[in-house]
Amino acid sequence: MKVTLSILRFDPEKDEKPYRKDYEIDVDPSFRILDCLDKVKWDIDGGLAYRRSCSHGICGSDAMMINGKNMLACQVLVHDFKNKYIKIDPIPSLPIIKDLIVDMESFFAKYDVVKPYLIAKSQPPAKERYQSIEDRAVIDEAVNCILCGACSASCPSLWTNDSYLGPAAMLKAYRFVFDSRDDAANERLDVVDSPDGLWRCHTIFNCVEVCPKEINITWHLSQLKKKCAMREF
Amino acid sequence: MIHKHDLIIVGAGLAGLRAAVETSGSADVAVLSKLFPTRSHSGAAQGGIAAALGNEEHDTVEWHIFDSVKGSDYLGDQDAISMMCEEAPDAIYELEHFGVPFSRTNEGKIAQRQFGGHTKEVIDENGNSKRMPVLRACYSADRTGHVLLHTLYEQCIKRNVRFYSEYFILSLIMDEGVCKGVTAFNLRDGQIHTFHAKAVMFGTGGYGRAYRVTSNAYANSGDGVAVAFRAGIPLEDMEFVQFHPTGLYPLGILVTEGARGEGGFLKNKDGERFMKNYAPTVMELAPRDMVTRSIQTEINEGRGIDGRDFVNLDLTHLGEAKLKERLPEITGFAKTYAGIDPVKQPIPILPTAHYSMGGIPTDLYGNVLADEKGAIVKGFFAAGECACIFVHGANRLGNNSLLDAVVHGRRTGKTIVKYLRDAELLPLPKDVEKKDKAMFKKLYATTSGENADKIRVRLKEEMTNKCGVFRNEKDLLSMLDTVHELKEKFKNIHMMHKGIVFNTELMEIIELSNLLEFSDAIVTGALERKECRGAHWRIDHPKRDDVNWLKHTIAFKTDKGIELKYKPVTILNYQPQERKY
Repeated sequence: MKVTLSILRFDPEKDEKPYRKDYEIDVDPSFRILDCLDKVKWDIDGGLAYRRSCSHGICGSDAMMINGKNMLACQVLVHDFKNKYIKIDPIPSLPIIKDLIVDMESFFAKYDVVKPYLIAKSQPPAKERYQSIEDRAVIDEAVNCILCGACSASCPSLWTNDSYLGPAAMLKAYRFVFDSRDDAANERLDVVDSPDGLWRCHTIFNCVEVCPKEINITWHLSQLKKKCAMREF
Repeated sequence: MIHKHDLIIVGAGLAGLRAAVETSGSADVAVLSKLFPTRSHSGAAQGGIAAALGNEEHDTVEWHIFDSVKGSDYLGDQDAISMMCEEAPDAIYELEHFGVPFSRTNEGKIAQRQFGGHTKEVIDENGNSKRMPVLRACYSADRTGHVLLHTLYEQCIKRNVRFYSEYFILSLIMDEGVCKGVTAFNLRDGQIHTFHAKAVMFGTGGYGRAYRVTSNAYANSGDGVAVAFRAGIPLEDMEFVQFHPTGLYPLGILVTEGARGEGGFLKNKDGERFMKNYAPTVMELAPRDMVTRSIQTEINEGRGIDGRDFVNLDLTHLGEAKLKERLPEITGFAKTYAGIDPVKQPIPILPTAHYSMGGIPTDLYGNVLADEKGAIVKGFFAAGECACIFVHGANRLGNNSLLDAVVHGRRTGKTIVKYLRDAELLPLPKDVEKKDKAMFKKLYATTSGENADKIRVRLKEEMTNKCGVFRNEKDLLSMLDTVHELKEKFKNIHMMHKGIVFNTELMEIIELSNLLEFSDAIVTGALERKECRGAHWRIDHPKRDDVNWLKHTIAFKTDKGIELKYKPVTILNYQPQERKY
């Protein structure tokens, strides 16, 4: 089957600004978009740059904007598209380094800020800390985040204010604030209950729409908001 | 550019990160990864991590040891296996304390499920002892590797571990038998960097990408294994490559053994649960090598679905609620990639190249070994899938890989902490980047030549067909010729793109050279080993041969090609027996 990939190209060594280039390739309908990119890279232009690794939606390397929506290139197949002219861009709002590779530094810096690790004040017992099935269920979706960046890069609030923490970092905050074993909820709420934190989430739901792990991020952020609003100082 | 650290860890999967956590309190540690750390392939592990916690039913460390020895087809070193299984419960509790969100029992303990080859001793009504599946796999739904990897990364953030992400290993700096660092290429600036250190640890993962059908990530090109081999370090037991029974047809994406642990059935085109003909007591929960051969036999004898090259993994009787709770990830995969809903339809599966039992030989404490006699390479350590310690023998049990990475990452970390107390930063030899620079210069100067993808495709295709689940001398000889031919072709390879920034074509070409480097060792070892043991199955030598082959292969790279030597297996309590399930 013939497919045309229209890819936003940018080589910092040659180009002043990004431009679009079309590649017509012959592929099997069961190809992932990632396989299509490989075909372009291996057969036509070895310089085409994109990140990838696991190729089945767990490592989070290959988030990109496909036909205007952020998704993982390895998680969407050619036959999922009616129109075989497929537009591929890097995820927006982060600086482009080359082609589909963006600079994720600010994304991970925001992750670091929310104290993304368990803080338990008591000495650990000889065996495991107990956690009920119900308490574990509260963080079940949040722990599935693969840090692909699709959510934060789709967030209009982040587009207009790049110091906003964004959905991924705050989902991480949720993951620990609501972990029954953690004792540092207040420290983390101090971080997210700030001018560049939670209140910039205007429940636009773009993040939910694009999350490849189908996490209802906005709901999680609303729980954090509730927790902040009910905080006693 | 030269960077100096006490310790350089190459690879940011479970072994590397666990070692970083262990050493970061007392040393200046830097972790190099060709990816961002949380992209490492440990995160793709699904089913669980084994430890005899006995949270769900009675279990003992001794049973875990026995199962691992038997699972290894008696090629596992029993001292190494014992240490791993004994340290397992403590290592798991520690992970829980780090924050790993394990699934839970009704009491709130870490939940455990069944897995292939993990058994308990049961006395039947006639007073005979038999072994039945046991609940030993600690899990977090079917995302166990993901939550372990993220938790260890979080612990590294907490400890301010320095990461060099998207740095690709090129060479090990060896000087008069001492390891003094590594060279790596920074994908972002395209430059070669030297990392000068008192100690180097490899946790660089496996090498399944040498096969066409594989569960492995693009990144699993055995870089560390190949780099060590080129630097004069031998490789151990490379012929033992595990083919996981259930790769999603046709790509080979992993469908966890947990699916069978939760009660899934394997069925052929007649709807028959064919495992009853191969492993009547444990059925679908036999060890991977046996289930894989059973599936391949069904396919080869025309009992694949519609006569094609796959069989069915049927989970429809488990019900939607259980699939949602216990196996959500693979339910999603099946929908995305095969267009089927496992609640209503069986999943088409085929065996897929999955795990490398062999690798860089180490002693029990993570010191890399220079030869078959046990000499230690000063300053060089390894753990995880790239290493061969030797706990998996000829066939790894499911759930023992995450355990291997965590336990040995930790233990190797402790070894390194001790080593660093007296170690000094020794001067580097001259021109450490010379070879790498020459290679880059040559590649950047190419204007025509061989296409890397064509070489890669042919290697993967032929490795799958000729050095796969079933092997024979004719195919292996032919495969060896192919590897040598492709190595020759590689000398004339053409790099299309001459850019500096993120030249991922350059990285892929070096990865290909690594695939070719270690594939030679896999095929050479497989050709020589004239027996059937675990994952290495020679149809022209159809029996296990303990008289001649109860020994480890040690492959050396020499000017004349690969030279094989052997070393004995450590046997303690368990003498080799016929392996039946």
